Amino acid sequence: MLKNKIVSLARNDKMNKEKIIEVQNLTKQFGSFTAVNSISFDVYKGEIFGFLGANGAGKTTAMKMLIGISKPTSGEALVAGFDVKTNTEMVKRSIGYMSQKFSMYDDLTIKENITFFGGIYGLSKARIKEKTAQLVAELGLEDAIDKLVGSLPLGWKQKLSFSVALLHEPKIVFLDEPTGGVDPITRRQFWEMIYAEANKGTTIFVTTHYMDEAEYCDRVSIMVEGVIEALDTPKNLKAKYNVASMNDVFLKLARNVE
Amino acid sequence: MSIQVHNISKSYNKISAIDSISFEVKEGELFGLIGPDGAGKTTIFRILTTLLLANEGSATVAGFDVVLDYKAIRNSVGYMPGKFSLYQDLTVEENLNFFATIFGTTIEENYNLIKDIYIQIEPFKTRRAGALSGGMKQKLALCCALIHKPTVLFLDEPTTGVDPVSRKEFWIMLKRLQEKGITILVSTPYMDEAALCDRIALIQKGSILKIDKPATIIKDYKKIIYDIKAKNTHQLIQDLKNYPSQYSVFAFGEYIHYIDENDNFNPMDLQNYLEQQQHTEIEIRVSNPTIEDVFMDL
Repeated sequence: MLKNKIVSLARNDKMNKEKIIEVQNLTKQFGSFTAVNSISFDVYKGEIFGFLGANGAGKTTAMKMLIGISKPTSGEALVAGFDVKTNTEMVKRSIGYMSQKFSMYDDLTIKENITFFGGIYGLSKARIKEKTAQLVAELGLEDAIDKLVGSLPLGWKQKLSFSVALLHEPKIVFLDEPTGGVDPITRRQFWEMIYAEANKGTTIFVTTHYMDEAEYCDRVSIMVEGVIEALDTPKNLKAKYNVASMNDVFLKLARNVE
Repeated sequence: MSIQVHNISKSYNKISAIDSISFEVKEGELFGLIGPDGAGKTTIFRILTTLLLANEGSATVAGFDVVLDYKAIRNSVGYMPGKFSLYQDLTVEENLNFFATIFGTTIEENYNLIKDIYIQIEPFKTRRAGALSGGMKQKLALCCALIHKPTVLFLDEPTTGVDPVSRKEFWIMLKRLQEKGITILVSTPYMDEAALCDRIALIQKGSILKIDKPATIIKDYKKIIYDIKAKNTHQLIQDLKNYPSQYSVFAFGEYIHYIDENDNFNPMDLQNYLEQQQHTEIEIRVSNPTIEDVFMDL
């Protein structure tokens, strides 16, 4: 227990020092439409960074640029030190990604999926074997290892996806609405996994529509119509807008863009 | 009664999806099926909209039997499935016209019913449905489900993946439809939306755990929940879980919800324990239970 405490102290300490994502005037235009309009922010190592906004605010576009699958129209972004415009391969190696849409192979078993994704990430056979054992033990899925992933309950799938996104020990993991539709208990267990991972020093970049989850983030940004309208700790945001919850902060700031 | 469900069961390849479910929805009622993915909500919707046959049990919708009178039901209900199922290649207006024609009516005839919603998407009526944003798709789908003036409206997770602002607006629209006398059966995985329904059924793993008014469900919950907060939330969760008499520990936004298994629990003892664990800025106070608390304890 004491060890945990030292780790979390160390985590706070590190957060003050090391920037892991640096974004400067990042912009994306589609024709005459500016989806992301010159956003700038930094994310620190080991931080849980909540990336919020209404549907259509530009979150997904911004995130796609940060994970190296969409080229910015202008501006800069460094992810784990690599330029998202010129060094997308290194960006992709340094990050993990989990989308709300379940993206493992339903007709492969748990073990086969882990082996497959481990191979994609370039892990050696020995390392994959080691990682597989560790992962199923942590999730308590030892007895289910040869079960088809498609037959698992949604909550297990989500936890498994998260672990697989971390297989290559990325510095940053991007989670795009990881808890949509999941039952309330599993949703909280999932966040406990996120906390544990952040405590190891992994940076978590997460989007969610559950405003109670926004409260669990170290800092939260709220995007409105392509710009970052607010960025601070949940505590400071609530104080600034003089409201009781992040839900109220969101309702005050976010408008619908259609 | 607008909807009557009596001991309905359905399994797929021997896997039970819903197990002997019964409930009734009154005329003009806004009734919520509240539960996570995989609870069986969609199966119930598909049986009631006559798209799926139950293995056992019986059900009526608007007075019609779901098996014998399936054609009459299809004419008198509106159904908005969880998955967007309009024609992506047709424009907004073409989709609406299509559904109106199928049901032997016109947009003009029932315009009054959809007006509030349709004016929000009307500026985009020549846009293909596939190119709409999530919020607009949802509004179009609702218009299409309403265009033949149904007496019962089925909405399967209309707000899943929708941001809090749009969700709030959507529920305002539902209330207005209810005022026009339409019975609404709506499902949602968002527990905070439960409070907006007249009555709810809490459903998990194919069974209904409870049916009542949201306020009654909360009032009937007898355990005392404490809001707890300290500087280091993650460590607080771990330490609370290690407290010998803990019954449950769950993060609830800014606070941790803590329930103790002892009736004579004294919060001061817990305060002392947390101080011993080096926690700072400790806050402990009695909390107001929510539907989510009740659901998690069922």
